[in-house]
Amino acid sequence: MRADQILHPTPAGLYCPQGDFHIDPLRPVPRALITHGHGDHARAGHGAVLATRQTLEMMAIRYGDDFAGQRQAAQGAIRIGDVSVSFHPAGHILGSAQIAVTADAGPKIVVSGDYCRTPNPTCAPYEPVPCDIFVTEATFGLPVFRHPDPMAEMARLRASMAEFPERPHLIGAYALGKAQRVIALARAAGIDGPIAIHGAMQRLCDYHVQQGIDLGPLVPATADQVNAQLVIAPPSAFASPWVQRFADPVIGFASGWMAVRARARQRGVELPLVISDHVDWPQVTATIRELAPEEVWITHGTEDGLMRWCEIEGFAARPLRLLGYEDEPE
Amino acid sequence: MRGFATLLERLAFTPARNGKLQLLRHYLEVTPDPDRGYALAALTGDLSLRAVTPSLLRGLVAERVDAQLFALSYDFVGDLAETIALIWDSNRDEDLPLHRAVELLQTTGKAGLPAAIAGVLDRLGPSQRLAFLKLATGNMRVGLSARMARMALAQMGGPGVAAIEEIWHGLTPPYQPVFDWIAGGARPEQAAKAPFRPVMLSTPTDLDQLRALDPADYLAEWKWDGIRVQAINDGGVRRLFSRTGEEISASFPDVIAALNFDGAADGELLVRRGAEVAPFGDLQKRLGRKAVSKAMLASHPAGLRLYDLMIWQGSDLRDLPLSERRAVLEGTDFGSERIDISPRLDFATWDDLAALRADPPDAVIEGVMIKRRDSAYVGGRPRGPWFKWKRDPMVVDAVLLYAQRGHGKRSGFYSDFTFGLWSGDQLLPVGKAYFGFTDEELRELDRFVRNHTTDRFGPVRALEPKLVLEVAFEGVNASSRHKSGLAMRFPRISRIRWDKPAAEADRLETLKAMIG
Repeated sequence: MRADQILHPTPAGLYCPQGDFHIDPLRPVPRALITHGHGDHARAGHGAVLATRQTLEMMAIRYGDDFAGQRQAAQGAIRIGDVSVSFHPAGHILGSAQIAVTADAGPKIVVSGDYCRTPNPTCAPYEPVPCDIFVTEATFGLPVFRHPDPMAEMARLRASMAEFPERPHLIGAYALGKAQRVIALARAAGIDGPIAIHGAMQRLCDYHVQQGIDLGPLVPATADQVNAQLVIAPPSAFASPWVQRFADPVIGFASGWMAVRARARQRGVELPLVISDHVDWPQVTATIRELAPEEVWITHGTEDGLMRWCEIEGFAARPLRLLGYEDEPE
Repeated sequence: MRGFATLLERLAFTPARNGKLQLLRHYLEVTPDPDRGYALAALTGDLSLRAVTPSLLRGLVAERVDAQLFALSYDFVGDLAETIALIWDSNRDEDLPLHRAVELLQTTGKAGLPAAIAGVLDRLGPSQRLAFLKLATGNMRVGLSARMARMALAQMGGPGVAAIEEIWHGLTPPYQPVFDWIAGGARPEQAAKAPFRPVMLSTPTDLDQLRALDPADYLAEWKWDGIRVQAINDGGVRRLFSRTGEEISASFPDVIAALNFDGAADGELLVRRGAEVAPFGDLQKRLGRKAVSKAMLASHPAGLRLYDLMIWQGSDLRDLPLSERRAVLEGTDFGSERIDISPRLDFATWDDLAALRADPPDAVIEGVMIKRRDSAYVGGRPRGPWFKWKRDPMVVDAVLLYAQRGHGKRSGFYSDFTFGLWSGDQLLPVGKAYFGFTDEELRELDRFVRNHTTDRFGPVRALEPKLVLEVAFEGVNASSRHKSGLAMRFPRISRIRWDKPAAEADRLETLKAMIG
């Protein structure tokens, strides 16, 4: 059986007719397999959801307990219709997984979802899964994206906090995954004092702590007086009057896009921190070389660059042109 | 160069002037000589290096990166040096001292340059690669003036900014004598002729404040709307400086040629056609040019109107009273139709002067200057001996159209406002203002912006055209750079007209009629 008969793009997302399920569907479907908890991949309102236990629990925190009709935590190989599926760590955020789909008579397809190979203290590392078809993201699919060591970025944060000790440092980070990673990195870099977090992050931070990730002392950044020099908030908070309680803050933003100055300027950022939960160019190209699949499918991002690289390197590749996934969501 | 690379990056992203000064001062404090001096020169554009062209850089990268991947990347990043710094494939990150980079760019011959640059890029990490490429292309763009660089030096302690400015033009990168002086060593010997001397500035005043003073103690003259300059001929070395000590000689060869005297004079630079003084906009066309065309020299001839003498025929007059300096000035024939003397105003009472100020004989007068007859010439802005009493500003009622979030102390507040005037039944943006209001008014404006947003573009919001702002400004010039064809000078918000309907705001023609 041909691979694109097992899995193909539809307006609702990638669809598998043999198992009658969608992967990371963009609209409500009867049966959804979900790679990770970010809002553009994990939506509420499906009939049944199969995902890792941690992804299911975080969806319940975000959308309420009734986010889907039925739910099943992924463990081992699971039979669905005429295919078998299994979940493998993706190294992107807590609970993130790649989904391997194997047809009885056909190739093995690995949908990597969003993935990252830089060590991340908040989640299990990416695990290479041998496959015939590798479905990859290309969020940072251009050779200009070589993300620095996150600890070097933390050194820049500490230097700025020392340079401007009287100014609060407000770091924008997506509420799920990036925020907890920035906090854990700050702890690893020796920032021991209280870190203030925006109210929108409280429950997700609590959940990470329950899962055994040490975030150190956290205080709410909601009071009129916030007694912490380091404050983590979702980037959207910077456009709201919430910021006005801080005197002369240094505004930072933790994102892979901060590697490009024009992107940082566009956001009015004073301290860009290049910290990404996605594979950068060296990682995505090394992963494709390592897996050496028969074919590479590219889901979203700057696919032109990665398509060109596959052409030069002799890998068969095609873009899926799935719409609706954000570059790097906030 | 790691420290220099970090500094460049922080300066590029730090909008506040004080923040920039602090970053630069800390860098200068911890960086050894001669690197810190070269850094200072690089930031202020005073370093002459072999120009590395974009085509040389494109050639280097073409040897290493697939053309299509490079084109996609450049398209995404938007800056050639930045694209190359990011795309260059090397895992080394040595710390190349800045003076080594400077030497390499100063001494390498044209033929060897591409290989030398590639060799350096191979040794550096991305942040130093970008700093090196910016250095090589001479394009720093971090918003740091030479004046600010000298202020950062002065903040390190020691002689102070006025004293540093006085000796600055005798020095060349890497400015070792200045750093030694700041550290407690001897004042550098004046190596160069025709140095800049700190200019004496005035404080604003009004009729109420003036009534407490005796008019007989003061001289008065027109405040001309040009550029305050210092014109020097020191034993044949001729220079023209702006009041902040930037040398502008190259832009004004016609004025330089007319400096047939021996001394240093203080005056106003103006564009003049015969007896008529041209508006400020004409002078602006002459500013900032490295070379001036013959046509421009003929159509926009520049000249000086002198206020004062600082040095004259070998004597320093600055400690003499103004009345004596004026006597020397008025007794001199400058022998050029490009140079004349700012006339004294005839007045007995402050009301006489108020009447003159209310009806100046020339549109290019922006008020009156009032100076104590016994005042010595003191650099800086001492309170008291000299006053400026400016003409009342022009105002228009404009409609608030866009607002942008501020930085630093104004983080989270919409504090940069774009306003427009009616043209037909459309509102055309005519300017931007970000001061003139109180903190309380800023909160009210912020609330208005949040409640009347129609669209968002990044940090900018488009607004319902409802709120009228009274905008005060010092003048208006024709400008091809703005869609409205007009550019206002020093616009600020003088009043918020919550009471006035937008339909009754001023029309573009009203502003056009104020050109001059």
